[in-house]
Amino acid sequence: MSIDATTPSGKDKPAGSILNDPKIRGFIYQAVTLLLLVLFIYWVTANTIENLKRANIASGYGFLNGRAGFDVGQSLIAYSSDSTYGRALVVGFLNTILVAVAGIITSTIIGFLVGIGRLSKNWLIAKLSMVYVEVFRNIPPLLVIFFWYSGVLAVLPQPRESLALPFDMYVNNRGLAFPRPVFDSGSQYILLALVIAVIGSVLFSRYANKKQMETGQRMPVLWTVLGLVIGLPLLAYFAAGMPISFDVPVAGKFNLTGGSVVGPEFLSLFLALSFYTASFIAEIVRAGIRGVSHGQSEAAHALGIRPGLTTRLVVVPQAMRIIIPPLTSQYLNLTKNSSLAIAIGYSDLVSTGGTILNQTGQAIEVVTIWIVVYLTLSLSTSLLMNWFNAKMALVER
Amino acid sequence: MAKRILTALIGAAVMGIGAQAASATTLSDVKAKGFLQCGVNTGLTGFASPDASGNWSGFDVDYCKAIAAAIFGDPTKVKYTPTSAKDRFPALQSGEVDVLARNTTWTINRDTALGFNFRPVNYYDGQGFMVRKSLNVKSALELSGAAVCVQTGTTTELNLADYFKANNLQYNPVVFEKLEEVNAAYDAGRCDVYTTDQSGLYSLRLTLAAPDDHMILPEIISKEPLGPAVRQGDDQWFDIVSWVHYALVGAEDFGITSANVEEMKKSTNPDIQRFLGVEADTKIGTDLGLENDWAVKIIKAVGNYGEVFDRNIGAGSPLKIERGLNALWSKGGIQYAPPVR
Repeated sequence: MSIDATTPSGKDKPAGSILNDPKIRGFIYQAVTLLLLVLFIYWVTANTIENLKRANIASGYGFLNGRAGFDVGQSLIAYSSDSTYGRALVVGFLNTILVAVAGIITSTIIGFLVGIGRLSKNWLIAKLSMVYVEVFRNIPPLLVIFFWYSGVLAVLPQPRESLALPFDMYVNNRGLAFPRPVFDSGSQYILLALVIAVIGSVLFSRYANKKQMETGQRMPVLWTVLGLVIGLPLLAYFAAGMPISFDVPVAGKFNLTGGSVVGPEFLSLFLALSFYTASFIAEIVRAGIRGVSHGQSEAAHALGIRPGLTTRLVVVPQAMRIIIPPLTSQYLNLTKNSSLAIAIGYSDLVSTGGTILNQTGQAIEVVTIWIVVYLTLSLSTSLLMNWFNAKMALVER
Repeated sequence: MAKRILTALIGAAVMGIGAQAASATTLSDVKAKGFLQCGVNTGLTGFASPDASGNWSGFDVDYCKAIAAAIFGDPTKVKYTPTSAKDRFPALQSGEVDVLARNTTWTINRDTALGFNFRPVNYYDGQGFMVRKSLNVKSALELSGAAVCVQTGTTTELNLADYFKANNLQYNPVVFEKLEEVNAAYDAGRCDVYTTDQSGLYSLRLTLAAPDDHMILPEIISKEPLGPAVRQGDDQWFDIVSWVHYALVGAEDFGITSANVEEMKKSTNPDIQRFLGVEADTKIGTDLGLENDWAVKIIKAVGNYGEVFDRNIGAGSPLKIERGLNALWSKGGIQYAPPVR
């Protein structure tokens, strides 16, 4: 058939033959689809602009410089009602990142523990892990969030009857209050000591690794690193004359004042997202470990490697190849699910954006910002995980 | 909710075809579809709330009914769209609703940048605070350090920030999107203070587990003129919605009620004759695009302003809100209707 295209001047070809050429036909289909798509986008855009004009709705992104005028419950950066709408969006964005990152870390830890637990030979651990996965995997995330939120609010006491925890921490239905460290002059030495300790630890573990490769001798890496990272800053702390003091929460008229507070909105969203996503991660981990041929661990056992080390050195590194790609989707899901925060009043990007949308009426602009931010967040997570995946991929020799 | 806004946005884009093709006025659209699409609150006792069988009632709902009565002579020709504080404006902008009667404050920003028109104020309100009696707070100025529950996307949220800043008080905002969520959080003790329009506080207090344990503080920190809103660019529709309110107030002024409206038609007072459209060769309704007896239809459907007020939020209701500023101008309030002439 492809000959048709190369010899268009053939004498005895029927008139419509050019349309029967799959190459040309394919090209025409693609061109028509592309044209329709462009026309559709043009029509939607032009129509929107036209309608906005007719409805006398102001448009553009200039509103971001306006004074916000509303307060936000939890903010990682300095923010007051005098700040701009743009800054309010940044506050919401950072809150989204905070809950996403915290959730990803916790859900990964819980997910790995439960996933390995499901493969345990211990009947109780295996069954408990199974119940955990089946319960959380089969409940919509919004319900899990409500469960934690109403649970937190219902169980925890009023501020005046706060539960006192060790180290001057208090918990009540306004959240978890804990002492906030106040850094006086001299605390930079502690930071310096910490940096030195971390660099030292890295160098030492490299050296220990090299030595093990050469001589087979193993050095006490864990204890040395712990000693360095904890001991050195502690030493600096006393040497600099104890420059860190603590702002301790105390009972005020309505609530505890002073210290730092993590609100119940963050706590319940964080717990809900972690527990919910962990159930999926657990299944991914189980699948990954199952995916490693049994011969691998048998071979390790035959070489006399202990079961714990077998898991750590033989099974998990191979399982990671199977685990990482689906794990990425779970991380993306968690980040996107964090927008459910709006149901319990956690000031994430969607929540602050929604307030701005309502105060300014700039619906299209705000929704565009949401889309762009979530898209960027998801693509960055994806890129990072792809890089990690490439690094973990089995190197064929 | 984001879904709803998206729908509204797509609506905003797509509605264009509908509107362009028909290129008609809101009145003719409403007449053509045979009912009024009215944006109301999702549930605020006394203003707009559905009963067990889904029938809506309340102060704002009566305005929807009054507009429907003026157009169709039938107050039941209304479909209600419950809207949260946040998605009410996209709903009106996109044309999802014909009129927004949802205790919405008239502000310059909403009147201009959002593309709406406000005129009559059907309820003069102000923002207040509700607290638990057990806190022993007597004034809003003692609220420094409190956690305050507030609905997002409201003027309330902005007034709150301004008031606490102006008086140099600290507070911790706890914001929710839906009224029910704010109620639940306040009832569960998540916050010390509940702030919204005072009318709303009276209404919400009734829904709490123990209404008598809560008190409303005396301070009113803002002006909240509430009224129906319509889209800009359709003056006829704007006039109809405005004059429905003025007809209600005018009827109270004349002493015309749902009970005596037929009798009043025989009145010899030319003002009343003109108002009820019984004057010879009158164009009092047709100029609006309605029938000449439009005011009669409204009064028959819902009564006059005083009746609407008393039945839903005033002395005849569980809320028992005083008329206050909302009394007629002749009785110490500021409700006033322009002359029908």
